[in-house]
Order: sequence, then structure tokens, then C-alpha cells
Amino acid sequence: MKTDKVQSIIKKWNGDPNYAIEMLQDIQSEFRYIPKEVIEEISESTGIPRTQLYYLATFYKAFSLKPRGEHEIQVCTGTTCYVKGAFRILESLQRKCGLSDGETTDDLQYTLKYVRCLGCCSLAPVISLDDAIIGKAKSSTIEGLLARKVGEVDTK
Amino acid sequence: MTKITITDLKQISERNKSTSEKFKASLLVCAGTGCVANKAFIIRDALEKELKEKNLESDYRVIATGCNGFCAQGPLMLVSPEGTLYLNLKLDDVSTIVDEHLINGKPVQDLMYISPVDETRTPKMKDIQFFKQQQLIILRNRGAIDPEQIDDYIGRGGYQALAHALSEMKPNEILNEVKTSGIRGRGGGGFPTGIKWESCISSAKKTDVAPYLVCNADEGDPGAFMDRSIIEADPHSVIEGMAIGAYAIGAKEGFVYIRKEYPLALERLRKAIQQARDYGLLGQKIFDTDFSFDINIHQGAGAFVSGESSALMTAMEGKVGEPHSKYIHTVESGYKGLPTVLNNVETWANIPVIIEKGGKWFSKIGSGDVSESPWKGSSGTKVFSLVGDIANTGLVEVPMGITLEEIVNKIGGGVPEGRQCKAVQTGGPSGGCIPADLLNLPVDFDTLTQAGSMMGSGGLIVMDDSRCMVDVAKYFIDFLVEESCGKCTPCREGLVIIKTILARVTNGLGEPSDLEMLSDISETIKNASLCDLGGSAPNPALSTLKYFKDEYKAHIIDKKCPAGVCKALIQYTISKENCNGCGVCPKHCPEDAISGEKKELHTIDQSKCVKCGICREVCKFDAVEVE
Repeated sequence: MKTDKVQSIIKKWNGDPNYAIEMLQDIQSEFRYIPKEVIEEISESTGIPRTQLYYLATFYKAFSLKPRGEHEIQVCTGTTCYVKGAFRILESLQRKCGLSDGETTDDLQYTLKYVRCLGCCSLAPVISLDDAIIGKAKSSTIEGLLARKVGEVDTK
Repeated sequence: MTKITITDLKQISERNKSTSEKFKASLLVCAGTGCVANKAFIIRDALEKELKEKNLESDYRVIATGCNGFCAQGPLMLVSPEGTLYLNLKLDDVSTIVDEHLINGKPVQDLMYISPVDETRTPKMKDIQFFKQQQLIILRNRGAIDPEQIDDYIGRGGYQALAHALSEMKPNEILNEVKTSGIRGRGGGGFPTGIKWESCISSAKKTDVAPYLVCNADEGDPGAFMDRSIIEADPHSVIEGMAIGAYAIGAKEGFVYIRKEYPLALERLRKAIQQARDYGLLGQKIFDTDFSFDINIHQGAGAFVSGESSALMTAMEGKVGEPHSKYIHTVESGYKGLPTVLNNVETWANIPVIIEKGGKWFSKIGSGDVSESPWKGSSGTKVFSLVGDIANTGLVEVPMGITLEEIVNKIGGGVPEGRQCKAVQTGGPSGGCIPADLLNLPVDFDTLTQAGSMMGSGGLIVMDDSRCMVDVAKYFIDFLVEESCGKCTPCREGLVIIKTILARVTNGLGEPSDLEMLSDISETIKNASLCDLGGSAPNPALSTLKYFKDEYKAHIIDKKCPAGVCKALIQYTISKENCNGCGVCPKHCPEDAISGEKKELHTIDQSKCVKCGICREVCKFDAVEVE
């Protein structure tokens, strides 16, 4: 099963080494991480050296060699959100979930991480749950908001 | 779809105009990222439903546009062409607007802008102070077209400049117009675009190869969303600019390098490129001339350094986006080792207007005199994302040379909540902080650099007097430490040392010698780094040291954080006068550090307090104080 998906992703980008980052992006969204065997497979099919793929997979924050949760909670720590207190929100979420940056809950449901700028600076401070953006967030209300959003996601 | 000709272009434009004239009005709902996050699409759907139910579909149409700019007041809707702007829309407002405004002809006062000065309502968008002082060239179509319809763009004169360039101008005439305009790169560096194109043309000629052309949409600066908004609002302006540029330099293939983190912009750009191909505006023999050009997209993964020109081109080859040495210019050896022109989104969006109205017209806008050399001024306009502690956050386009004061106080409406402006941060993470007493500085490439900051790509972050400038410096340095690619030692190691010193200072462990050490290391990094990113990386430390030395001294000598931000140097207490014992803060305290019965004074147990500040946030009586 995995091989089929990997092969179709490679095919989508014509196995062109110029599109190595794009291939890894698709792999990351498909499996929620970059599995070791997938790196082997891409390397064999495209001729891109494994070292290069590992270099890419560890250089960019978007990639992870460990599985990430089904839902991703991102706290924006871009400049505006920082000014508006993003780190206080991040700290309270970390305290609540018992997770450090980039960590995933044991049941692989949630990953908590901070990102640099989601591009909605006028709504700062901003957090996002998967594709949903929560603007003007407050440490005191974030828990309730997230619980509601998580509910929405689960019922989809 | 068949290829269109220059005559077709005019017909499409006229057809588009007559379609819009069939309606009494168009309801332009802003669907920029900010408004979408505020449920703009839900409002659009409700509006469409309401019109259908009330049989008004043939009288009014709803269009989802790109970012209107007035993000602070979103979701927004403009009734066009009359110009009434409705703000802060909620789902319930939809039927009110339809009934009152559209059916009864009485615009809804309650949803209009309130002037902070005299609290009167301002019905028309053009009369609102935020919009009044802006001059729209790059954002000429913002909020006015459906970005997913190429005909809308053509209806506003789009692709006419390309048609004119291909049918009536030679490549070197285009180059001359761009040189006359004096335009300098909007990505941050401010390098004159005409000179860049010219050097690329001459190195391509020497090696007899077709150069590449790239659009940098890897907006890596946190606090900046200009490029994203341009692509979301008007993707064809970028495509048209690139096609004109390609004709001028002789490129056959172009790329847009855009972050995957911008899904809406990516989707709109993809659609726009496909529409342009369907019309034959990209591809073989455009407008039946010998000119052929196509654009492909490279999806970047988020990394600040990947926006640097040589790093970006390395990333386009599927490798890790790290910069090369400075002495290799990308105009000679860029993508795949071939001559490459790289300009940013905003620069490309300017090109069609320069061709349409002429380089001379463009050169008159802005500051300085660029008639002899583009280095002697900053022509044109610049888009800024105006954010932070300011009333009117949003996207603004102003002529170069306007003062920071005008942007912050007039367009931005000043700092809210009775606080004072302390500094404006410009230029992204490796820019600098300009203190409030220098707000009369004109905003142009050279003045900002002289002031120890830089134009950067155009983020303007306003900070009020509750922000600690040492902590601000630490924030940016932490960011740069993470984002430094690690290839050269001064940037990699030097930034870590600065980070350590700043952490010491904010923790109250700083020593007087730290200040000198900070300047020394910063200067070394500045002079010895491989790329411009490293070269400008110490700016946050240097500019805050220059303008806010007293604040550093307060941390180091008095062991105090005057702004009340640095956790190690502050404590939260509850004021006897203001606390009425409402019981809210003990309930929210995550560490159970607050005690006190209802209607009695609450107290904070300092040994348990983690200084998260939640008590201060939830207190409605301003009873929680920072010492």
C-alpha cells in the first residue's frame, strides 16, 4: 500500500530531482512523517542520494522523521503574535498538554508546535488547529476554544 | 480553449464591463486570509442565499475578492460602484443589509466605520482615513476583482501592457522604461531592477544561453503578508509582469517560488497560470509573435534563509536552500548555473504599470531624484503590512518617502488603549527598531538603512510602551539562531553568543561588560558572514543597543525590566485598591497560586507563581499589577 502511494507521488513530480522538496512535502502530508523506508524508495527510484533526502528532511521544520499527530495545533510566534503575547499562549498550552515543541500525544492524535507567521497578523495572536485559524487568542480562553474546535473536527 | 488575440483582449474587457453594468451593484466580500479566518466565506454564502430567496440575483452579484487591506475591521463588504463599506460583519447582518440597503435603499449606519476622532460614521470607503492617504499601484485591483477570473483582470485593463510590449516595443525599449522608472527591488535589498536585468542580459549574451526568470514569493519574514496578499488578490498582475520581464531579458522559462504554507495563494496562482495558458498568454507564440514563455511553480518549504537569492535557487534544484558566497552573482550563475533574474512578487506586479504609464511617470512618484541614477532615490510606492500595537492593522500602499509618523498615526490611527508608541520595527527579523522620536523619518531604502534598520520586504510592527526592547532583541535573535543555515561560522556561532548574552540580561544576570561584548560580536558577524542574511542578522541587537541603551542598563545594573516583561525581573501582585474579590483570577490560575475568599482581597503566592500573566488578562478591574 505504502509503495503504491510513494510511487504515485514520485510519478506526480516525474521523479525529477529538482522537485525533491515537493515530493517530501507530499510524503509528509500523506504519512504525517517521512518514514525511513520511503527515503530509501525515493532514492532508488529517482537517484537522489539518501544523504540529500535526509538533509532536506531534517533542515526544514515542515518535515518530521517521527510520526506527527492526526491534528496539528500550531501557535504562531511571528513578530506580531510575539508582541501580542504568543509565548504566553504557547506556554499555557504546553503546560496543559504536557508537550514540548513539536511533540505528539501518545495516542498520535495531537501535535503541538510553534510556527513563524501564519500570515494573519491583523488577528494576532493566532493559533491554528489543522486548517482552522483562531484569531485574537487568549491564554485564559484558548482551552475552551480548542475543545470546541476539536469537537467540530471530530464530527466531520 | 483557443488563444486570444489583442483585439479579443478589448472585447473581453468590454464584455466584462457590460456584464457588471447589468447589475445594480456588485457586493465585494473580502476573502483575504484574515477575513476568511473571520468567516468571510460563510458570510458570502449567506449573502448569496439571501439574494436568491428574495429574487435579487439578477440585480446584485456577490464576488469574493482578495485582501482589501483593512484587516482590523474584517470581515468586510464593499458595495460597488457606489462605495459603501461595511465592517465587522456577522452572519445576522446579511439580511439587514439586503433588506435595508438593497431593498429599501437605506445604507445601514450601524455597520459603517466609526471615526475615532469624532465618533461619526463614514459611509464611503474612499473617505476613511485609512484609505485616503494610500496610493494604489501594486494593489490597483485589490478588493475590486475576483482573483480567480482572468476576465475580471482583463476588464480592468489587464494584459494590455503585455500586448503593447509584444506588439510595439523591442526588448531593449522595455529595459529602458524599467531603468527610467528607477524601480528598486521590493524584496528588501533595494537593488535597482533595471541594472539587474541589464547585467543578466549581458551575461546571457556572453554565454549565448536563455536566462531564467524567477519570482520570489517565499515571504519568510514573520509579520509580513504583502506578497501573499498580492497573489491572493491579483495573481495575474504578477504573471503579466513576469511575461513582460521575460520578453525584455529573453527568458523562455520562469518560476514562482512560493511557500507551501500559503495554500490559498498557491491555489489562486495555479488557477491563474492555467487560465493564462488557456488564453495563450503563456506558452508558445504569445499574441502570435515569436515570443514564447511559460511559468512553473516551485513549492518552498518554510525556511527564512531560503528567501535569499542564491539559497532560493539551490532549493529550486531540490537541494537544501543554503546560500552561496556573495561574489557569485545569480544574474551570472543562478538557477542550474545559468544567468537568472530574481525579483520579488511586488516588483513584478509593478512592471505592467511601468510599461502602461511609462518609466518617467513612475519615477516621479516617491522620494529623491532617480533621473540620473536609481541609487539617488526610491521611486514608486511600497506595500507595508502595518501590524502590532496599532488601531488600524492591515495592508497599506503608500508612496515612498512618506514619514513613519504619517503611516502610524494617520493611516494606522495611532496606538490604541491610551498607550504611547515606543518603537516601530521594520525590515523583518534582521531589520531594526526605530524609536518613536525618529518617526518623522521618511520611509525609503536609504534613510531606513542609515537609521540602522532596513526597508526589508515591508513589515511595519508598531510597539507600545509595554514592550521590552531587550526582550524584542532576544526574540529576533532566537529566531535567527533557529533559521541560520549554519554554513558559515560568524553567523552560526556569533548569533548563539548574542543569544546567550541576551538571555543572561533578560534573566537579570547581565554584567556591564556584556554591552561591549554585544557590539563587538555584532560587528564581526556583520562583516564576516557569507550572505546578506548573516550580514544583517545582528541588526536587532545593534539597533536596540543604539536607541534603547537605558533599557539594557536597567536590566543589567538595576536588575529591573522597566516595561514589566522579563519574567525573572518582575512579579505580579494584586492591588488592594482595585481588587474587589470577584474570584475570577483564582479560578483561571493554572498553578493555584492565588488565594482569597469571595469579596475579599486576593493574594498571589510568589513561590507558586509561574508569571504566565493569565490573572492580569482575566482581571476586569486592573487589579493585577506588575512590579
